[in-house]
Amino acid sequence: MQQVFKRPVSLKDVQTHFCPGCHHGTIHRLVTEAMDEFDVQKRTIGVASVGCSVFLYGYFDIDVVEAPHGRAPAVATGVKRARPDSFVFTYQGDGDLAAIGTAEIIHAANRGEDITVIFVNNTTYGMTGGQMAPTTLVGQKTSTSPYGRNQQKDGAPIRMAELLAQLEGVAFSARVAVNSPKNIIDAKRQIKKAFRYQVEGKGFSFIEALSACPTNWGMNALAANERVGSEMADYFRLGVFKNTDNM
Amino acid sequence: MEDVLTKRLFVKGNEAVAMAAIEAGCRYYFGYPITPQSDIPEYLSRELPHLNGEFIQAESEVASINMLLGASATGVRAMTSSSSPGISLKQEGISYMAGSELPGVIVNVSRSGPGLGGIDASQSDYFQAVKGGGHGGYHIVVLAPASVQEMYDLTMLAFDLADIYRMPVMVLADSVVGQMKEPLVPNSRPATDLPAKEWAVRGKGDGEQRVVKSLFLGDGELEAHNWKLHDKYQDLKARECRWEAFQTDDADLLVAAFGSTARIAKTAIMMAREEGLKVGLLRPITLFPFPEQTFLDVTARTKKVLVIELNTGQMVEDVRLAVARDAEVGFYGRPPGAGSLPTPEELLEQIKKNY
Amino acid sequence: MAKIIIDEMRCKGCGLCTIACPGKLLSLTEKINLQGYTPATITCQDKCTGCALCAEMCPDVAITVFK
Repeated sequence: MQQVFKRPVSLKDVQTHFCPGCHHGTIHRLVTEAMDEFDVQKRTIGVASVGCSVFLYGYFDIDVVEAPHGRAPAVATGVKRARPDSFVFTYQGDGDLAAIGTAEIIHAANRGEDITVIFVNNTTYGMTGGQMAPTTLVGQKTSTSPYGRNQQKDGAPIRMAELLAQLEGVAFSARVAVNSPKNIIDAKRQIKKAFRYQVEGKGFSFIEALSACPTNWGMNALAANERVGSEMADYFRLGVFKNTDNM
Repeated sequence: MEDVLTKRLFVKGNEAVAMAAIEAGCRYYFGYPITPQSDIPEYLSRELPHLNGEFIQAESEVASINMLLGASATGVRAMTSSSSPGISLKQEGISYMAGSELPGVIVNVSRSGPGLGGIDASQSDYFQAVKGGGHGGYHIVVLAPASVQEMYDLTMLAFDLADIYRMPVMVLADSVVGQMKEPLVPNSRPATDLPAKEWAVRGKGDGEQRVVKSLFLGDGELEAHNWKLHDKYQDLKARECRWEAFQTDDADLLVAAFGSTARIAKTAIMMAREEGLKVGLLRPITLFPFPEQTFLDVTARTKKVLVIELNTGQMVEDVRLAVARDAEVGFYGRPPGAGSLPTPEELLEQIKKNY
Repeated sequence: MAKIIIDEMRCKGCGLCTIACPGKLLSLTEKINLQGYTPATITCQDKCTGCALCAEMCPDVAITVFK
């Protein structure tokens, strides 16, 4: 018998702090798998953000710089410009990327920085206890939207993958989900595409991964997983929004 | 000698900063336009592309300090510059850099405030610069140039101190030294034995993972980290204090001033000397570390010190702390405002009052 | 002939593998592991085809697959 499924080399063999059913672990594995596949682990510099994603360096066996909340794309810009031969990616949550860090993500994307951004959208601030995020769905109850997100007062959830696809500097933008084997296999394919853009020096690539947060959604893991494929994917449509190689 | 003479230039203070950065080996600049420092990014946007460097006009001051953080984390020499309101925006990143023990040079060609204030010369950012500026309780090295030559020399020193002590260093100037033109001898950088940057992220290669971070959650980790930073600040106080003492040996009254104000104070002191008043000047060049011991030593004789600043009293607090009750501390300040630079005659009058 | 090994210490008992398995061969046990979770187990190893979908689905990379 041969081993047909094993842990990626770039992913440390340690227990994570993520809650049961949280999709961060799956996304970590897919990103490190792509890293192994392109053989970039040794020249990778990851940029960690603030939120549940901050412990990137605890799980990825790569060099890591920790950025202030929302500033990962600016930090990654400095890293990549100073070390153009390195493989640079950021790993950010929705509060980090789509609220406090909107200026940094939009301008790094618009400059066409040769980096890859992994954006984990779970419609809430996980680390701080489930507050309303820029991606919280209309009507969704959170600890700071106890009556449900009100579109008239709070606005509608931001669709980052579509928004960034509009910018000239963006080479690749896709939204994936990891709630089923089929979606996971597709997510893996898209992450590899995003990586290839950087490996080939073709510019900014962006992956938005829909993710479950069972704890802060007040659901069990299976129900939360189900919500990703139904309610979330209904609003945040899966797909590739920009793929310059096909243009 | 001939070589030196041929290299004598006549440039603006801000240009001197940019030239020194290049001489110091800085090839990465990140900034955002703001008066009165825009000559620095303008100069570097022209020169760095020819030196295989990178110039980025960032979307904000917040982004530019974080680009500096990222570049510095890889071990290269990098810098940003701005003026007061922009420096406020950079404080988040400066705190993270201090916490992550990252070198980096930040130039503040300061203007007046609070708020949008004005563009007049001012020294109202003293507190912000020397007391940390951002959250979390840290210090950065603060250098205060008083001439175009010092804009050049201290920028060069800033890069060395940043690398030696692994911390951000600020050159705190103002629009007077930033905008005026003076002769400059562009010294080349002396070869110094700087520590290798083993900590810098470059991709782990075949070695161990390297992490640049300021988050310390392990039991006792953050406390140990803070004591380590504290020890570094004590080392700086012991080794890196710099000042100019002018006619202090026989002085009965000591005047203390930094940056451009010290130039006016010096003229006033020379006028006082002509009238037979024995007055000296102590000009701190490092605002952090503050030359506390020197103040104590010099005031042991004078028993009196008059602090002059372009604000309502900031450095005076550090002078009071330094001399404790051993000397009488007077203050004369002018908060920023249109045409607010004091004249030598005005300062002479204050010297006479405090003599 | 295929085999999966579930790392019972790593498993957080989320149950996502149980919905990924096409043969519905996985379930959660009642015993509690050191983390305080009820880990997954395979009920009928003989019927496992080694498709690895359970491993793909596991957020904790706690499943190793042999074929």
